[in-house]
Amino acid sequence: MKVAVIVFPGSNCDRDMVRAFELAGAEVSRVWHKETALPAGIDLIGIPGGFSFGDYLRCGAIAARSPICGAVREHAGRGGYVLGVCNGFQILAETGLLPGALMRNRRLKYICRTVPLTITSTDSPFTARFTQGQQIALPIAHHDGNYNATPEQLELLRGEDRIVFTYDDNPNGSVNDIAGIVSANRRVLGMMPHPERAVEAAHGNTDGAQLFAGLMEALGTADA
Amino acid sequence: MTEPQISDDLIAAHGLSTSEYGEILRLLNRDPTFTELGIFSAMWNEHCSYKSSKKWLRTLPTEGPQVICGPGENAGVVDIGDGLAVVFKMESHNHPSYIEPYQGAATGVGGILRDVFTMGARPIAAMNALSFGMPDHPKTRQLVHGVVEGVGGYGNCFGVPTVGGEVRFHRSYNGNCLVNAFAAGLARADSIFYSAASGVGMPVVYLGAKTGRDGVGGATMASAEFDDTIEEKRPTVQVGDPFTEKSLMEACLELMATGAVISIQDMGAAGLTCSAVEMGDKGNLGVRLDLENVPVREADMTAYEMMLSESQERMLMVLRPELEAEAKAVFDKWDLDFAIVGETIAEDRFLITHNGETKADLPLKALSGTAPEYDRPWERSPIPAPLEDIPQIGPFAALEALLGSPNYASKAWVYEQYDTQVMADTVRAPGLGAGVVRVHGTRKLLAFTSDVTPRYVKANPVEGGKQAVAEAYRNLTAVGARALATTDNLNFGNPEKPEIMGQFVGAIEGIGAACRALDMPIVSGNVSLYNETDGSGILPTPTIGAVGLIDDAAQLIAGTAHSGCVALVIGETHGHLGQSALMAEAFGREEGDAPPVDLELERRHGEFLLANRQWITAASDLSDGGLALAAFEMAAAGGVGLTLDSGDIGQLFGEDQARYLVACTFDAAEFLLSEGYRQGIAIETVGKFGGKKLRIGGHSGPFSEYLSLWSDSFEARLG
Repeated sequence: MKVAVIVFPGSNCDRDMVRAFELAGAEVSRVWHKETALPAGIDLIGIPGGFSFGDYLRCGAIAARSPICGAVREHAGRGGYVLGVCNGFQILAETGLLPGALMRNRRLKYICRTVPLTITSTDSPFTARFTQGQQIALPIAHHDGNYNATPEQLELLRGEDRIVFTYDDNPNGSVNDIAGIVSANRRVLGMMPHPERAVEAAHGNTDGAQLFAGLMEALGTADA
Repeated sequence: MTEPQISDDLIAAHGLSTSEYGEILRLLNRDPTFTELGIFSAMWNEHCSYKSSKKWLRTLPTEGPQVICGPGENAGVVDIGDGLAVVFKMESHNHPSYIEPYQGAATGVGGILRDVFTMGARPIAAMNALSFGMPDHPKTRQLVHGVVEGVGGYGNCFGVPTVGGEVRFHRSYNGNCLVNAFAAGLARADSIFYSAASGVGMPVVYLGAKTGRDGVGGATMASAEFDDTIEEKRPTVQVGDPFTEKSLMEACLELMATGAVISIQDMGAAGLTCSAVEMGDKGNLGVRLDLENVPVREADMTAYEMMLSESQERMLMVLRPELEAEAKAVFDKWDLDFAIVGETIAEDRFLITHNGETKADLPLKALSGTAPEYDRPWERSPIPAPLEDIPQIGPFAALEALLGSPNYASKAWVYEQYDTQVMADTVRAPGLGAGVVRVHGTRKLLAFTSDVTPRYVKANPVEGGKQAVAEAYRNLTAVGARALATTDNLNFGNPEKPEIMGQFVGAIEGIGAACRALDMPIVSGNVSLYNETDGSGILPTPTIGAVGLIDDAAQLIAGTAHSGCVALVIGETHGHLGQSALMAEAFGREEGDAPPVDLELERRHGEFLLANRQWITAASDLSDGGLALAAFEMAAAGGVGLTLDSGDIGQLFGEDQARYLVACTFDAAEFLLSEGYRQGIAIETVGKFGGKKLRIGGHSGPFSEYLSLWSDSFEARLG
């Protein structure tokens, strides 16, 4: 699996995401946001957490208009895989590759803690290694993770089984407890929790490793 | 633009005394210009010159085989093996945080991060020690919210994990909160960057954010007491931009890797003035600055304003001219300003021109070298009488008094607003003693703690100073780390009062003795004086930030107490209740002497714990709140009930030093007890973990009720 992790000014989980992919066995390159093309043969684009452009204007809004995002849209349009975590999810929502928006947390405070989640769909390469209804725990760390969407969008997400993670004890006010959703072709995932912070024994929790392992299983042999 | 005439009022407004102004006249043989007066006031204020504290700071131990660079640079540098070094410092941002809590705290974090990456280190951990007035004081809640959000707002965006800290409340901070920010970074031991310029005619380069009018005169403000004109001082507080700082860090680290950087100094207090003088002074060179080349954010800025601006996220560098193009490319990549604003010169001269006009022409060495130094009169603090007539209280009521106080309740409300895991190397997050992070590419771990018990320091500065270091040592030891080195952030009242100066002198004596005995040299630090409002000073608060090393991750003590674990105490309990948390919280009495600190015993007990760490499931230092509070917190972390055998208040809440609480299996306890006996180390069984109850001295209650009290009382009072 060949992965490109996009780096925006203000990204701060890019190194963590690179490491999680490398531990899973992927070949990873980091791509600066001013680039207009991806390296050849990329299977998956990782959009990391952080505060791209300082979260100024709106979280993810400026990053979504960065030169590299043209290439991200093309990649997704060709059926390529994209993983957006935290600020990455916000950026994907701003690019329109995923529906909805991430608003300020219900209690208006930044929240960093490990929270229980439920796997609500295993029908995606990101969640294939989990079991339906499985409870896992992942860290969250965000100020703007309160997911919202129009009733029509929510109906579509539900009807197409595109809600893949939900919070067990909703920390931020997200509608329908939504923590992560996939695109209609199930190849673009946006999630607020940080799987890359739960992949090694030293993290005290390895629940996130299954996500990366699932991607390796789906894509590992693609370029072999 | 014409500059104002120098008058007595103008001199006083710059915080310069008559004798200090006399010294300026003697140095120059003429009246200073307005810009020059500003430069002198920036260099000679307490905050930058350490004029009241220098004499005593020199007595602190700063050397050791592990020390690569001690105090005097942007941060201390300590060897951790494998060709790597940890770079760290703690610094206060007290006055700005009281005036404008969000920005004051945010820029405090920004300043300390800049100190660390200026030396070529990528920040890997942050802590903050916060002291506020009483929870019910009308200003406190607003300050707590603003400061915590400011610390989080800056650190979270920058992307450094906050792994520890302290939050305390005491009426002495009602008019003067303390915000002490710590940061540590990792660098290669052979590529540390320093501030000394070298080479004549080298370009002096300005990097980072543009210069605005924010923070003009900030360092002078931070060197004065507060009074009721405080609202007027708001424009002296800087505004932080963590996004620019993150980009500045990445750009600086990239630039350093190109080999273009000869020397580098961040613009902190007194901005361009301090950084340029520092580089010239350390390199025995002069500096010429042409201010029309300084990137500015506002129109018509004067030389005076540019020289004294404390706009954040700015750096000054001396670069190799032949690599200028490479350097500029890095800064273009990160969309940061890059401007050549001057050059190094051979003469001992600090020459400032603006549009061809000379605005300042000063002897550079004299600016820092002849800064005034005072041997202020001081009085040794009288040793308090021992605490007598200890009031009657039951153990459950006593524990409730602590768990229900924001001082001893869970601080989750605070630290959950900080990103504690970014960089994915955090092994122990806040809330459980020392924070621990991994050192990438090695088996090593670094541990961080920040400690002081201001009540002790007030009662007995020498023992209180020792205790702060000893507690830091114990917190590091309790996670299996060997204490490496220390940074000190000394917060005191007005040094012109002999009793305050006496607290300072006593605390330094105690800190020095403990750092020597425990082999924890002080490699960096900061002094904050004049923490007073309307003549009433804070509790003396010398915050000790300490760093420990765990050579192999397998040696980490990071378990949690589980059902069936035995509770042991290493060290002897005499039941010292003078200046204790219990007396303060349950009875509002801050009386008696601080607990005495036996440094020899601290060392022996620490070594005993480290030598036997494979037997230990979880460990905690015993400090304020004594055994009862530490055991409760350990049980809470493990999600189990607790039984403490003794119901004696002194045994449960005494704050005797050199003690640890250990949770271990029954077999391990047998071994540790016999090993302790064999080595003459006091060690005893005090109870056990398990069940769903809290049992103390034969009585019991549901653990969950106490857990709720402990979990909720901070937010209930301050959320």
